[in-house]
Amino acid sequence: MAKPKLATCSLAGCFGCHMSLLDIDERLVELIDLVDLDKSPLDDKKKFDCVVDIGLVEGGCANEHNVRVLQDFRKNCRVLVSVGACAINGGIPAMRNLVGLRECLEEAYLNGPTIEDGGMIPNDEDLPLLLDRVYPSHEIVKIDYFLPGCPPSADTIWAALKALLTGKEPELPYQLFKYE
Amino acid sequence: MSEDKFTFTVDGIEIEAEAGQSIIQACDAAGVYIPRLCYHPDLEPAGHCRVCTCKIDGRRSSACTMPAAHGMVVESDTAELNGDRRILIEMLFAEGNHFCPSCEKSGDCELQALGYRLGMVAVTLPYLWPERELDATHPDIFIDRNRCILCSRCIRASRTEDGKTVFGFEGRGIHLRLNIDAKHLDETTLAAADKGVHVCPVGCIVIKRTGYRTPYGNRQFDQAPIGSEIEARRARPKRGVESK
Amino acid sequence: MMPSENGKPVMENVSAAAAPQVAAAVDAAIKAVGADRTRLMDIVQAVQQRLGYLPDEAIHTIATALGIHAVEVEDMVSFYAFPNREPKGRFHIRLSNTPVSLMKGAGDVAEAFARAVGVSIGGTSADGEFTVEWTSDIGMADQEPSALINGMVLTGLTPADPPDIIAKLRRGRTISTLPLFPGLDSQEGVVFPQARVASSLLQAGPIIFRQAGRGDGVRKALTLSPEGVIQEITKAKLRGRGGAGFPTGLKWKLCRQSPGDAHHVICNADEGEPGTFKDRVLLTEIPDVVFDGMTIAGYALGARHGYVYLRGEYAYLWNSLQAVLQNRRRLGLLGPNICGREGFDFDIRIQLGAGAYVCGEESALIESLEGKRGSPRDRPPFPTDRGYLQQPTAVNNVETLTCVARIMEKGNEWFTGYGTAESTGTKLMSVSGDCPHPGVYEVPFGITVNEFLDLIGALDAAFVQISGPSGQCVAPKDFGRRIAFEDISTGGSFMVFGADRDVLDVAHQFAEFFVAESCGWCTPCRVGTTLLQKNLEKIIDGRGTLADIAALEGLANTVTRMSRCGLGQTAPNPILTSMRNFPQAYEVKLQPEAFLPRVTLREALAEAIEVQGREPVAEEEEA
Repeated sequence: MAKPKLATCSLAGCFGCHMSLLDIDERLVELIDLVDLDKSPLDDKKKFDCVVDIGLVEGGCANEHNVRVLQDFRKNCRVLVSVGACAINGGIPAMRNLVGLRECLEEAYLNGPTIEDGGMIPNDEDLPLLLDRVYPSHEIVKIDYFLPGCPPSADTIWAALKALLTGKEPELPYQLFKYE
Repeated sequence: MSEDKFTFTVDGIEIEAEAGQSIIQACDAAGVYIPRLCYHPDLEPAGHCRVCTCKIDGRRSSACTMPAAHGMVVESDTAELNGDRRILIEMLFAEGNHFCPSCEKSGDCELQALGYRLGMVAVTLPYLWPERELDATHPDIFIDRNRCILCSRCIRASRTEDGKTVFGFEGRGIHLRLNIDAKHLDETTLAAADKGVHVCPVGCIVIKRTGYRTPYGNRQFDQAPIGSEIEARRARPKRGVESK
Repeated sequence: MMPSENGKPVMENVSAAAAPQVAAAVDAAIKAVGADRTRLMDIVQAVQQRLGYLPDEAIHTIATALGIHAVEVEDMVSFYAFPNREPKGRFHIRLSNTPVSLMKGAGDVAEAFARAVGVSIGGTSADGEFTVEWTSDIGMADQEPSALINGMVLTGLTPADPPDIIAKLRRGRTISTLPLFPGLDSQEGVVFPQARVASSLLQAGPIIFRQAGRGDGVRKALTLSPEGVIQEITKAKLRGRGGAGFPTGLKWKLCRQSPGDAHHVICNADEGEPGTFKDRVLLTEIPDVVFDGMTIAGYALGARHGYVYLRGEYAYLWNSLQAVLQNRRRLGLLGPNICGREGFDFDIRIQLGAGAYVCGEESALIESLEGKRGSPRDRPPFPTDRGYLQQPTAVNNVETLTCVARIMEKGNEWFTGYGTAESTGTKLMSVSGDCPHPGVYEVPFGITVNEFLDLIGALDAAFVQISGPSGQCVAPKDFGRRIAFEDISTGGSFMVFGADRDVLDVAHQFAEFFVAESCGWCTPCRVGTTLLQKNLEKIIDGRGTLADIAALEGLANTVTRMSRCGLGQTAPNPILTSMRNFPQAYEVKLQPEAFLPRVTLREALAEAIEVQGREPVAEEEEA
């Protein structure tokens, strides 16, 4: 029987959740026995070519590209898991939600104390446009499970993955349940 | 049992109480934890958060404000009540701007701890992202209203414990906000030693230069859920007959 | 993040020269009512009447005079809709944004006012003369569109009226103001033909609007013992007319039994439930009967003090009510030794509210009467044990007190001869909306909705909202139900909606109403009302799915179950009852997808498109 497929992505996040996944150390070997890694920054596969079983989403949606990737994941993952504070509530990037997009860009690129000689708001045509605010992933697509933490610890991710791979509901022991 | 004592039940557990005790006070003493947020044992109850809502003889009421009475039948630890409590916690997260990863109260925050205890993995209610103000003018204390949950603990403590009335509410409804008795915090009489500062359950009123002192793992709610200290009173094995 | 200014307006416009004015205004107010913290509401209103608004300096001066903190004054002031912390127009024009006023054309009238003064709604004209704003129901549902201008009510307006009204106000510079306090005498100003509130009493029934002599009920009560009066009310099975239906006799018995230094009687005239105006009619047509009822209550409870809590919107009744009270004092129906009964002293003070629907809830009313923000209290203790100033207090609706007087006049057997076994007597219904004759109808309890619709001539009602936003949306299939405590219990608001009205529109306006009127004290109501509105909007905007319906219903139920007072507990009713009775109105809005985000990608990018001046990056579609 073919192994289940696992895909991961990092949207508006810091890759900390992916680092945490790698932090499962020697259990990586066990993980490779359990799943085939599909589209993921870890293997640099660019596109889905079939529906995968589990998708892990790190990061919230800050720009149009994030939204498209997330929608692509929703389309191609049977089970989609929001991993970490940014995916779950926008996290640190969502602090800009308190400011407003225009003011945020102007402060960062035009008026901030570190700006010298004018400055400009980057506007290359290839740059994805920013959303009016950073959205949690579940406000953009349907999410099946949430794995809180900043990042969720390696143990948390491992416990959840194993549960999902064995058809169980992921349940976190108290010490692994963190929003930070 | 002495004259002024009586009993009632919570989730089938018999609780001994005395006249003048609220349900939550009697339960705390007996080692039965009812989730709560705005309640503080040293302050008059205010009934804001509604987290301690129980079914009391079939009717819902807040355990912090309801006097215990003989023969009361209280339901607290039920799936329906805990589900509603979790939604209240979600509401508070959605109402303010709570960034746990960057908050010095993390690990010691009662809002967060209730989220853990009630199994809130995500806030699925729509976030409101309100505009809230910070006041860092005071040399020893800052107020970050992004994290305020309008529990009025500081208001009550400042008035009754500190005798200062530094805090109050302003506005109504979703625009309700924590107000101070001056334009800026440094113009008030607030001091870092005030009870009004220390009772804040979240990271709204914070003493400067004290954050992140306790290592991860040793903070108040790192190892055991909020309420465990109360439940430990009941779990303690009773040895022999203690008569006084 | 920079610490911001804490959001309060900096009062630069109060120059040093204005400071003596502030001091004089506060002085006058304090002189009128004393340095009494419980009279903060009156003090604030009096100061605002002089200054037009409440600058920081006024807040501080009031606090100092009362020996409290400024933050406590702000706590109270900021709660109510009518006190202004910033300068507003000298003429403050308010229109109610209820479904009924809007369907009668209040939108166009409001626009016409705004155009006439050159502002958008919510704004203040450049010359500082006019502010035009929306407000919650002003108690004129039978003669909308209406406007409240300072204390004056203009009714039956059309979009053609505002230019003329504004021109007259500009020329006249003043309108009649209210002599709320000594030293603030009424001014004669411009008179408007629209400044008349029609009585709208369309059907006077056998009980409430029967003819009787002034004070008859009081004299009859004095032939009984106080306990005898309570027994008579109990035998009449009188239940509270505000809508909750608590037995009046029991309330009085509990209150009388409760030990205290002083007992208090409060008449709840904070008629704020949208679509209700019957108390307005009672206080206009038969105020003496209301005061008879209060005086009887005073006798039965051993109270010396009575209070009418009159909603701020009814300030225009102030002068006439004061005149009636004065007359009663002259006639010996108020004051010491009433009707010659040695030791029976009772008097009545009118407390004007300041724009807060929640103050109709009795414990919130009491808080407000004590000069605080009108947040309800947790119960127990009940007001009958610890009410006004922590003393035993009976709070009764205007209509209930009228019934009290009538029961005294004619006896309990006569009273129970009307209505049903559990709902004795008659009920005043306030009718508004899509019907030819809006107004007040006195009908016996037990009348079916159908019979009542026939009576008022509303023959093609598509649905009826009974008891206002906090009540229920009743569909034709339920028109056979009865108006009675045992079936449809109501304070009497009866809004009729015709076939071309949108159930979801009405539900949405009511959802907005609760957002505006939630006191904010408890989490489920403060946050829940806003979330309910947002979730309903998602569905109305055509972005809802079946999952959103379930989420909306779940949230509504939590708000109902967890809220602290009746406002929060009933705030989800417009949504829940319309869902139950008009599921098809929701179904047609639903999308087939399993999930839809609240906003489209295009909407979420709108700001960036504007800021960056370019279109989104086109990405090739996934196969």
